[in-house]
Amino acid sequence: MTAYDKVRTARSTTRPTAQDYITEMFTGFIELHGDRRYRDDEAIMGGLAYLNGRPVTVIGIEKGHDTIERMRRSFGAPEPEGYRKALRLMKQAEKFHRPVILFVDTSGAYCGIGAEERGQGEAIAENLMAMMGLNVPEISILIGEGGSGGALALAVSDRVWMLENAVYSVISPEGCASILYKDAAQAPTAAESLKLTADDALKLGVAERVISERNIGTAEFYKTLADDISKELEILDKTTDLTERRYQRFRSFGRFEEERK
Amino acid sequence: MSILKFLHKPQNALETEGRSAEPSVGETEYICPNCHRTLRESTLEEHSWICVCGHHFRISARKRIQMLTDENSFKEMFSFIESNDPITFPGYQEKLEKARAKSGESESVITGTARIGGIKAAIFAMSPEFMMGSMGAATGEKITRIFEYATQYSLPVIGWTVSGGARMQEGLMSLMQMAKTSGAVLRHSEAGLLYITVLTDPTTGGVTASFAMEGDIIVAEPGATVGFAGRRVVEQTTMESLPRDFQTSEFILEHGFADIIIPRTGEKKLLYDLLRLHGGRQ
Ligand SMILES: [Zn+2]
Repeated sequence: MTAYDKVRTARSTTRPTAQDYITEMFTGFIELHGDRRYRDDEAIMGGLAYLNGRPVTVIGIEKGHDTIERMRRSFGAPEPEGYRKALRLMKQAEKFHRPVILFVDTSGAYCGIGAEERGQGEAIAENLMAMMGLNVPEISILIGEGGSGGALALAVSDRVWMLENAVYSVISPEGCASILYKDAAQAPTAAESLKLTADDALKLGVAERVISERNIGTAEFYKTLADDISKELEILDKTTDLTERRYQRFRSFGRFEEERK
Repeated sequence: MSILKFLHKPQNALETEGRSAEPSVGETEYICPNCHRTLRESTLEEHSWICVCGHHFRISARKRIQMLTDENSFKEMFSFIESNDPITFPGYQEKLEKARAKSGESESVITGTARIGGIKAAIFAMSPEFMMGSMGAATGEKITRIFEYATQYSLPVIGWTVSGGARMQEGLMSLMQMAKTSGAVLRHSEAGLLYITVLTDPTTGGVTASFAMEGDIIVAEPGATVGFAGRRVVEQTTMESLPRDFQTSEFILEHGFADIIIPRTGEKKLLYDLLRLHGGRQ
């Protein structure tokens, strides 16, 4: 599979979306709505649930299944209030000492007049800073598209895992191609150069684990993933300097030699 | 509204001076992109690179530091950090070489310490002349290091932002700088230290969505473009006509995302006042 094949697979509307993971992997999900500031952005869904009997906060960027739902959820492109809802739920998780599990799947943060008026940049920036300091374990799983800052806003976590065909990129290959080659049709070339596949992310250290899609969507797939997350949470529970390690995790991206005298 | 007010009330003395004098031989002239007047370099230099109409010309990071900090107080740090093409992106090395040759800078940000009215601060200034201030791993590293230095020595940070956004030729390594710098800002903030951002033209994309919007106090230069998504992208997505002042300093102030807009001529005094008010000593 080429990098661009993976981009196409990641975008496929037949892939499981965040709500499928939430329904299949967790029990007793109670959805919580709204950012308590402006509105409820349905591009992000979040709430409380049990993972193998343990209370957790679960948040996901939701693209929707059919056309009507996809429109209601802005095709998984969150507005600032979506990010602010996620932040509210993360702060709540910290208060009640619950870990946070995040499912990331977006082509990017929503581009629109309202989004700019309500501070899309500020909303993402606030999440980056808050997640960096959150005093409970955070695990982010990229299940489809990881579109730039809009994805990172839910992925400043202790562990970042990616599905085999998920992609994570600073810019869409089409966007990159139209800037570099003035031709969006060159997207496959750009996709290759951007190093956006799960394997690339693993090599760069941006992701810790690549999840096989061999059984994607089956009960076995969800059970294995749920068990893996539970196991990882046990490791993170024992980590005393969680936020320090999280900072060092991101601090290590972009290493430079000391000055030679 | 605020932009109009500004247009009709020039903040400098240029207007009364007239424009009759001939430019000296060989002097570069600039055309104001706002009012289309032709301006001599020496005249602009005298007036902080602000046109009669109030338009703030883009200036280099070094000029900005020279204009807004005490004479000879700037000590550059971390200048040895420059991009090393982390994902071996085709054509990027050549692009970097060109950017370095054109700007005379090694990266898109300059970091160090300086004094303003005698008060010491850690500073970073992004360079429009270097790939329009795009954020690569070296950019993020230099900004992170200046925050870590400021945290260690209990210094305030002042940062002038200019950026077209993330540097796509560095892929995920560029994206990760948003998280990395945010972590460094958080630690500086948790130490109870002051961080002032000055948003200058243009501040967009991944820089807006990270350290530019994380200041305790967010100052903006008049008329600067400040936003997250590119204007054209918004136009194409929404197919609506955009407000006249969309994504300007005035727009973000009106919507509550900047504290104050100050012309460049009053900027040094404002920064001094803010530093002093937060206990900065000479
Ligand atoms: Zn003018």
